[in-house]
Amino acid sequence: MSNQGVPSSEPAEKPVLVKAVSISKRFGEVLANDSVDLTIREGEIHALLGENGAGKSTLVKILYGALEQTAGDIVWRGQSVKIPNPAAARSLGVGMVFQHFSLFEALTVADNIALALPKDTDLSNLPERIVAVSQKYGLPLDPFSTVADLPVGVRQRIEIVRCLLQEPSLLIMDEPTSVLTPQEADELFKTLERLAAEGCAILYISHRLEEVKRICQRATIMRHGKVVNECDPRLETPATLARMMVGADVHAIKSNSEITTGNPLITLRNLCLPAENAFAVELKNIDLEVFAGEVVGIAGIAANGQSELFDAISGERRIEDVHAVNLLGVPVGKKKINHRRKLGAAFVPEERLGHGAVPGFRLSDNVMLTRFSTEPSLLLRGILKRGNAAEMEQRIKVNYDVRMTHDNPEARSLSGGNLQKFVVGRELDRKPRVMVINQPTWGVDAGAAALIRQALIDLARTGAAVLVISQDLDEIYEVSDRIAVISRGQLSAPEPAETMTRERIGMLMAGMGEKHDNNTDKGQKHAAGA
Amino acid sequence: MGALEPILLTIITASTPLLLAAMGELITERSGVLNLGVEGMMIVGAVMGFSITAMTGNPYMGVIASMFAGMMMALLFGFLTLNLMTNQVATGLALTILGLGLSGMLGEGFIGQPGIKLPVLHIPGLSEIPFLGTVLLSQDILVYISLALVAAVYYFLFKTRAGLVVRAVGDNHSSAHALGYSVLKVRYLAVLFGGACSGLAGGYLSLVYTPQWVEGMTAGRGWIALALVVFASWRPLRLLVGAYLFGAVSVLQFHAQAAGIGLPSQFMSALPYLATIVVLVIISRNLVVTRANTPACLGRPFSPDR
Repeated sequence: MSNQGVPSSEPAEKPVLVKAVSISKRFGEVLANDSVDLTIREGEIHALLGENGAGKSTLVKILYGALEQTAGDIVWRGQSVKIPNPAAARSLGVGMVFQHFSLFEALTVADNIALALPKDTDLSNLPERIVAVSQKYGLPLDPFSTVADLPVGVRQRIEIVRCLLQEPSLLIMDEPTSVLTPQEADELFKTLERLAAEGCAILYISHRLEEVKRICQRATIMRHGKVVNECDPRLETPATLARMMVGADVHAIKSNSEITTGNPLITLRNLCLPAENAFAVELKNIDLEVFAGEVVGIAGIAANGQSELFDAISGERRIEDVHAVNLLGVPVGKKKINHRRKLGAAFVPEERLGHGAVPGFRLSDNVMLTRFSTEPSLLLRGILKRGNAAEMEQRIKVNYDVRMTHDNPEARSLSGGNLQKFVVGRELDRKPRVMVINQPTWGVDAGAAALIRQALIDLARTGAAVLVISQDLDEIYEVSDRIAVISRGQLSAPEPAETMTRERIGMLMAGMGEKHDNNTDKGQKHAAGA
Repeated sequence: MGALEPILLTIITASTPLLLAAMGELITERSGVLNLGVEGMMIVGAVMGFSITAMTGNPYMGVIASMFAGMMMALLFGFLTLNLMTNQVATGLALTILGLGLSGMLGEGFIGQPGIKLPVLHIPGLSEIPFLGTVLLSQDILVYISLALVAAVYYFLFKTRAGLVVRAVGDNHSSAHALGYSVLKVRYLAVLFGGACSGLAGGYLSLVYTPQWVEGMTAGRGWIALALVVFASWRPLRLLVGAYLFGAVSVLQFHAQAAGIGLPSQFMSALPYLATIVVLVIISRNLVVTRANTPACLGRPFSPDR
């Protein structure tokens, strides 16, 4: 674990752009950063690695002026600087793309970008400039659309273009690819490499070690608020990087090959759902069967109908044709979500904060919200049994390794990955017979992602039907027995994971499977998954 | 024509205080602050406008005093809710109660005194135009201000950078903070603007509407202004429609009652409320537009996490 001090393989060391010198940040009792040192050179793509809660976000927020360090110095191009606020950071040349986007939903793309530009900027030609920059870096954007109507992938582009318009010399990216498809991520990497070639340094936070290895020249690894290692990720393997982050080996997911398939527990028959607004996706004639004992993965590029499909299965949106959605043998098209839960179904939506959990509620109350209808122990003639909810919360915390600074905190105080573990754990803890989950490991570190994926597979092997909707292809391959692809509201027929190549998925994502033949023999394809 | 002009004049008189107060509250709420103390700020504005006019003999001093008084009330509200993070709803209600009590005390010596009416500003040449000039362009300064305010607020909110910042702070204060805008400063200014407008609305009541001081003379107009803001979905032009519609129906129903129309008087008195709600609900039926205009952070306290 010693500092390896690998000499950079670049022909000549580039000049140092920014240096953080023994930065410490204390939140009450917690030391989120403990004498952290970080050196970033011009034109370098520098990875910042660490598990959830390792202190990465705190460190970058200090660099961006959104937080003030308790102790330590920041040296910018050789000069000690104070960064009291984000405006100061921006005028130095620091841009940041946040993990939880800092966008204004009610405003247009152009308005959102205007807000981040210096006060004296001429805004009259802003839409043209947005289009020019977005074309130059391959980030298509319509300046006049309203953010609320845009999918996450596009929202991220807004954040990136917003930074690029200020011609930053340091661009901080907090888990940029966690919401992107492989193709979108490839585009992003091209953008980043182009920026780096132009001399812009990039501080890149990611949990995806493959991509760190692929695009970064340096990596700083943090654990429990301290820098534990520095390396050249190109000389490491994802396994060695993961070991540095976690401090122990991350165990590989094993898909127990013994699949005993049973009855179809999720059946979608000719499911159609009109688009809610001009920007939403219409679901067209979706057919799908998920059998007891298997995991079916739905791959697809962002905003191709994934959330609409999830809403239709979970009951957030009702379907006129009651037989279009059938859970555990019961037609539920018009039934409410709690009715579906009582049948034994569990749902984990994509947005964990605000959708999967109420931010201002304690975890035990969040347990109460999704489970009072199915757990008789939580509700006695309309009176809440708080003690039992707290017990469940404790059990989830232990079983799913949810880390918190104090007991039973508000949901919003958990870091993204920990909250995801909690939200998934809350549903898995019910031992549901049907599990539908959208983006199970968005923004979750390698260790926690492995835990969640393993739990999903294990659940299926106990005889549940698990439907995983994800934009992360590696994840789809890791957990799925069969894979289907959603594209513009249409779903391809699922195919066994072993025979589904990445090329084929790519073609299906591009719309190849849209004119699907309804007579594909699903049972046969399914049998091949065993 | 002859009968129409006086009716139109009373409609303008009835609508102006609503428009003034509601336009101030619109800006306050656009920044994410819900100030339910409009009624309280108005009544303090009314008593200060009247008393300073009585003392100085100059109604323009009264106008300035009413504005200043409204701002002082708003400052108190801002300090409590923005600095001390008290609950905005409770604080706003308390502000109304405080305003009603305080105005009663301040105005005790002025009850029954004759007031001085704010003079009509004649615009040479234009005010003589039949009908248009004699109705619209023969008004006091506050009517002109209230109408100019509609245009100014519209332009400010949707055409200027500062207005964009106000909307941004009301939509997502955390993001605005992360981008480096001072949420506290923006909200203080918005709250103060709201106070100034409410104060002016109160001043209009005691200097134009009925130039005298009567305890509780705002008579719930602050609450109507608050409701208008919501029903107009925080859009200035709709607010203009709403305020004038309410003013018009309340004047017309009064005339209709006087003319002996065969409907129960209770129904006629409820008519302005019904008509305003129906019309504004109909023009706000586009949910996408309404959602885009509703300040998402309305009423939520903000504390930066540093």
